[in-house]
Amino acid sequence: MNFLATFAIALKALRVNKLRSALTMLGIIIGVAAVIIMIAVGSGARAQVEAQIRSLGANLMMVFSASPSFTGARSAAGSTHTISEDDAYAIARELPDVVAGAAPALRGSGQIVAGNSNWSTSFYGVTPEYFDVREWGLAEGRFFEAAEINGAAKVVILGKTVAANLFGDMSPIDQVIRIRTVPLTVIGVLAEKGQSPGGSDLDDVVLMPITTARNRVLGATALAKSRSVGSIQIKIREGADSKLAEERTRELLRQRHRLQPGQDDDFTLRNLTEILQTREESSRVMALLLAAVASVSLLVGGIGIMNIMLVSVTERTREIGLRRAVGARSGDILRQFLIEAVTLALIGGLIGVLLGSGGAQLIGYYAGWPIALSASATTLAVSFAAAIGIFFGYYPARKAAHMSPIEALRHE
Amino acid sequence: MAKETAPLIRTDNLAKHYRLGETDVPALQGVTLEIARGEFVAVMGPSGSGKSTFMNLLGCLDQPSSGRYWLDAEEVSTLSDDALSTLRNRKLGFVFQHFNLLPRTSALDNVALPLLYRGLPANERHAQAAQRLGQVGLSARMDHHPAQLSGGQQQRVAIARALVGNPSLLLADEPTGALDTRTGIEIMALLQQLNQEGITIVLVTHEHDIAAYADRIIHFRDGRVVSASS
Repeated sequence: MNFLATFAIALKALRVNKLRSALTMLGIIIGVAAVIIMIAVGSGARAQVEAQIRSLGANLMMVFSASPSFTGARSAAGSTHTISEDDAYAIARELPDVVAGAAPALRGSGQIVAGNSNWSTSFYGVTPEYFDVREWGLAEGRFFEAAEINGAAKVVILGKTVAANLFGDMSPIDQVIRIRTVPLTVIGVLAEKGQSPGGSDLDDVVLMPITTARNRVLGATALAKSRSVGSIQIKIREGADSKLAEERTRELLRQRHRLQPGQDDDFTLRNLTEILQTREESSRVMALLLAAVASVSLLVGGIGIMNIMLVSVTERTREIGLRRAVGARSGDILRQFLIEAVTLALIGGLIGVLLGSGGAQLIGYYAGWPIALSASATTLAVSFAAAIGIFFGYYPARKAAHMSPIEALRHE
Repeated sequence: MAKETAPLIRTDNLAKHYRLGETDVPALQGVTLEIARGEFVAVMGPSGSGKSTFMNLLGCLDQPSSGRYWLDAEEVSTLSDDALSTLRNRKLGFVFQHFNLLPRTSALDNVALPLLYRGLPANERHAQAAQRLGQVGLSARMDHHPAQLSGGQQQRVAIARALVGNPSLLLADEPTGALDTRTGIEIMALLQQLNQEGITIVLVTHEHDIAAYADRIIHFRDGRVVSASS
């Protein structure tokens, strides 16, 4: 007997008891939907973390001025200046086994004017290390030269967003902008970075030599003397343990700042990689929970299929007897009931895929989680449903196939 | 013995025992008989006489405990389960007391069922089934489901199903048992007509009026043939 004819018989048998078939599928539907959502959420979170690590520069660690709790009164991290440019050079010099680079940065903000357009943004005074640590290239123009850093040259490199807002499609190279009345010549435009993990625009930035920021734009004499900076961005060496790098940096800074044991840090150290890993970890926990729901649901769904198939075999005992009498081999009967069980599981699986995809989109929309639906996950879920149909359908089908034709025909 | 001249059915000391717990229950104890091609034979006997067991063995639905059985000059007492299925499909047609039609399935599909297991394509199955439904006078009701047919019509569909595979032997087990007298007579007339057209029929019944349609009556008692009369 051919497969199509058997399949038609199976569909017909399932149509006879529509409600029963639908209820039987429910377990599989929920299980498969959970699998689809689980994989979509899990891989979406992973993709987001990877993208963020890429946008920040891989393995980034940041040191900010001021301790998170400094003699009771708290000030925003980076707003007072307890770390210096020299701290950055010391970190790079003394911890070469865990640190690949350390870039000091001085932050300010203000109105930037070019011709008759203006834009309010943050600017950073940086050294050449900054581009390496942040793994940030240029879209056009050139980097700062050593002489420009030493001489506090009036040059800037613009972020993509700033360049677009001030100059539109025109190239900003060699144009002059003014920040707090200081005229600065644009020598380059940064490559596009996109969004930070916090959702802020990483391209909304202006970079200038650290000396220019300190001496000309911010113009704070106290700053100039101490060579203090707002933050140090540290690139952890590839393959180095980020926890260890964090500890060694903290140790070095405490030593340089002459902090006694027991005394609070006068700086804040943030390991971005770990923050991202924590976030990925939490989405992994969510995915694991869904996996547990999915496997329990698939198991219960499978048992439901077995149960209904056993009922169906008993109900249709005379039909089985008749089919045997007119020439069905026991293999034909086995295949008929097995295909019926698999069809039940497959239809449930397909409905589950639809519901799961829709559910994942909804979660993405309302919870704002990144979602990644994949064809391989769908294939996996559907084949898993079919496998459940075979596994749990085999016993009832075997029972049907091994019935004695005489007893089956005599069954009331 | 050439195939054409051999009897259609020949049994030699055919016996069947059932095990019921510790005891061995003999259902059939050494039946030796022959049924020729084209014969119309009625099998009678009280319940427990072994006539049903004998019919099951003739219908290749069961295997004998001992003895031998030739159908169409082929020994079937030693065949495997799958081979017996094929044999039933090719050489036997069954008519049951309660029709045993598939519910929610058209008369046409019911009749075509044996051909499904012969692996024929759908259009051939339906053409042959339609022809057999015509033969039993139900051309107009091919799309009706069993629930939409009278008892007599259902039995006609069942007879068409038994005939569709061109069997050598038609086995009818109380074919009129669930029908009123008049419809029963119509069904018997149909069977008689089919017999005259050449098919061999073995009929089980406990009604003498029905058995009277047959050429020969075989009586069973206590698992043995007690008399054969014509």
